Amino acid sequence: MTADPLLNSATIDPKEYAIFNNISSVWWDPKGEIRALHYISSLITPFILKEIVNAGLPKKEFVNTTTPLKGLEILEVGCGGGLLTEKIGSFGCNLTAIDINSELIEVAKHHATLNPSLTNINYRLEAVEDHVLQNTKKYDVVITNFVLEHVQDQELFLRICIKCLRPGGSLIVSSIGQTWMGWFFGIILPEFILSKIPRGMHEYDKFITIEETQKLLEKYKCRTTSTRGLRYGIIGEPWIWIDSTSMFYILHAVKSHY
Amino acid sequence: MAKNSILLLRNYMQYALNLHTKTYCTKTPPHYDIIIVGGGMVGTTLACTLGKNSKLSDHRILLLESGTPHNWIKTEKYSNRVSALNLNTYNLMNKIGAWKHIAEIRCSSVKNMQIWDAISDVMISFNHEEVSNVAAHIVENDLLIYAVGKELCCLKNVEVKNQVKIKEFVLPQQPSQNVFVHLNEGETFTCNLLLGCDGAQSQVRNAMGVNYISWKYDQMGVVATLKLSEANENVTAWQRFLPTGPIAILPLKNNLSSLVWATTPDHARALIELKEVDFVDKINDALWKPLDNSSIIQESTKAFNKLLEFFELPTSNEKQLPPKVIGVDPGSTAAFPLGFGHATNYVKQGVALVGDAAHRVHPLAGQGVNLGFGDVSTLNKILGEAVYSGRSLGQITDLQEYETLRQRHNFPTMVAIDGLHKLYNTEFPPIVLLRSLGLQFTHALNPLKKAIINQAAR
Repeated sequence: MTADPLLNSATIDPKEYAIFNNISSVWWDPKGEIRALHYISSLITPFILKEIVNAGLPKKEFVNTTTPLKGLEILEVGCGGGLLTEKIGSFGCNLTAIDINSELIEVAKHHATLNPSLTNINYRLEAVEDHVLQNTKKYDVVITNFVLEHVQDQELFLRICIKCLRPGGSLIVSSIGQTWMGWFFGIILPEFILSKIPRGMHEYDKFITIEETQKLLEKYKCRTTSTRGLRYGIIGEPWIWIDSTSMFYILHAVKSHY
Repeated sequence: MAKNSILLLRNYMQYALNLHTKTYCTKTPPHYDIIIVGGGMVGTTLACTLGKNSKLSDHRILLLESGTPHNWIKTEKYSNRVSALNLNTYNLMNKIGAWKHIAEIRCSSVKNMQIWDAISDVMISFNHEEVSNVAAHIVENDLLIYAVGKELCCLKNVEVKNQVKIKEFVLPQQPSQNVFVHLNEGETFTCNLLLGCDGAQSQVRNAMGVNYISWKYDQMGVVATLKLSEANENVTAWQRFLPTGPIAILPLKNNLSSLVWATTPDHARALIELKEVDFVDKINDALWKPLDNSSIIQESTKAFNKLLEFFELPTSNEKQLPPKVIGVDPGSTAAFPLGFGHATNYVKQGVALVGDAAHRVHPLAGQGVNLGFGDVSTLNKILGEAVYSGRSLGQITDLQEYETLRQRHNFPTMVAIDGLHKLYNTEFPPIVLLRSLGLQFTHALNPLKKAIINQAAR
């Protein structure tokens, strides 16, 4: 696996690569090791759709139809097995989804064939820094869902994501904050106490607070327009929205025209 | 030895035959996103509502109905099966564009309601000033299906198949599987979501194997179209609770009303055998004839009235007199059994029950079909939101939300209706006294009346 040429890229961490390889087989199992990601993608899909619609990107005649995002070019960076990808894809946009893990891309490609109506997703085994070479300023929306805390050089990663975005386009980023709450709810509780996710999946050093993320985005001319926090529910609903963005958060930023 | 070889040969032939059917004869059955079983009032309306939901556009919907295509021709004669549509149903009909067809043809509105106890003569009334608008619309069931069908046939994404008998349903065991619907004629369809609107004897419900609590009331409903003597404005629904069951007349037009009379099965059978003149007499007796009541009840209700008068609250003294019946529309008399039914679960993975398939009530409050239309509104909203949130149809979490929302409304309503039935199905004086005082109290308190109207309008 270390022979994979992609691993030489600047944003990829080889340790993380190995962990994600191990869980590729259970990716689509709703009760498997990454079930949290299933719940999260169900929770944030309506949020992402609402944000994109409110930003005025889709054509008006498609809003409130089955294909509200028709005509939009959307890039998902770090799509994994395609959990969020298929949900966003069902809105009828032209979706390009890239990931650097060949096994996960195969899982995603295979799962998409189970639903014959999903013909608008283009999965590619590619790092974002390679993808940007051909696709600068191409996309209306770029989404990276819980990827930022897994990449090597976060500033470079965000900069390249923004580079793919056309001026006026939307960037959706979700991640885990580098706070004691993020440390406890992102690592200690799920990995050690509840053993819900594989150990070593998250590293505290790579967590990044929402303020830090916003500062980086601001540096590359992206203004944050909305933020939301989420956490898993103790009882009842598995994942819920909360006011605090100090642990798990999602934000929407718009790339400036200048 | 020879026997063995024959057996072997037979096995081989069967195997070859199976192989043949598997490789050459199986083609993927036609797939729909949603299949609705049952084309009654609720099923047809559900198909039309989902078909018109923009968030479900380009989803393919199939409506399966066992009967012949609905062909309604306007005649002078009114149908004996009518429904009182509440505000929520009226709004739904307006939303799907069916109301304009109904209004164009005929319907009547109920502006006042008067309900009274035959034993104590205590009454409650709901006037249009309190309701602020029309309390209910009386529409013939056939006309409603016709009006909805008129909108339905314009929809490109909805297909209707009539005269279909269903052999069996194969429900999914896992979230990724489809529902299979096998017809008697050998056809098979698959779908993501199966919706059972096939009435109280639901086949879909049986296939789901959910717990169904049901009992028969020791009553039958007698229906007929009645001619009235007065030709003045007919906008009041009348209901009198007799010890044998409630009798109600609902306005159709100025000199016509529809009868719904719940009574003991023997009495009901006797009634529909009667000649017109005798039947009319029986109806008038049921509406007018005073019953013997104990003096205690009389004195108590009178005293309570005095008390209410002292506080200047509305009393039962303002009772209006019901119209006099002079004839029955020939051939309009019929009787049907009454029952209670409640499915403890409305949904399973890939399947949901709607309307009478999930719940059946006594007609005394005119709520049965309105509960079904409430299901339609809620399900339509939830399915639209589910697809708009990127989820596939038939996910158990979405269906469970539908179940929770509807059971939270339906179940208390059903219990209340059943409670009313039990409360008024007795002549035991203490109960009569209590229910009479309770009715007077409710009548006197406007906020309580408004709360009842609100529950019934949803």
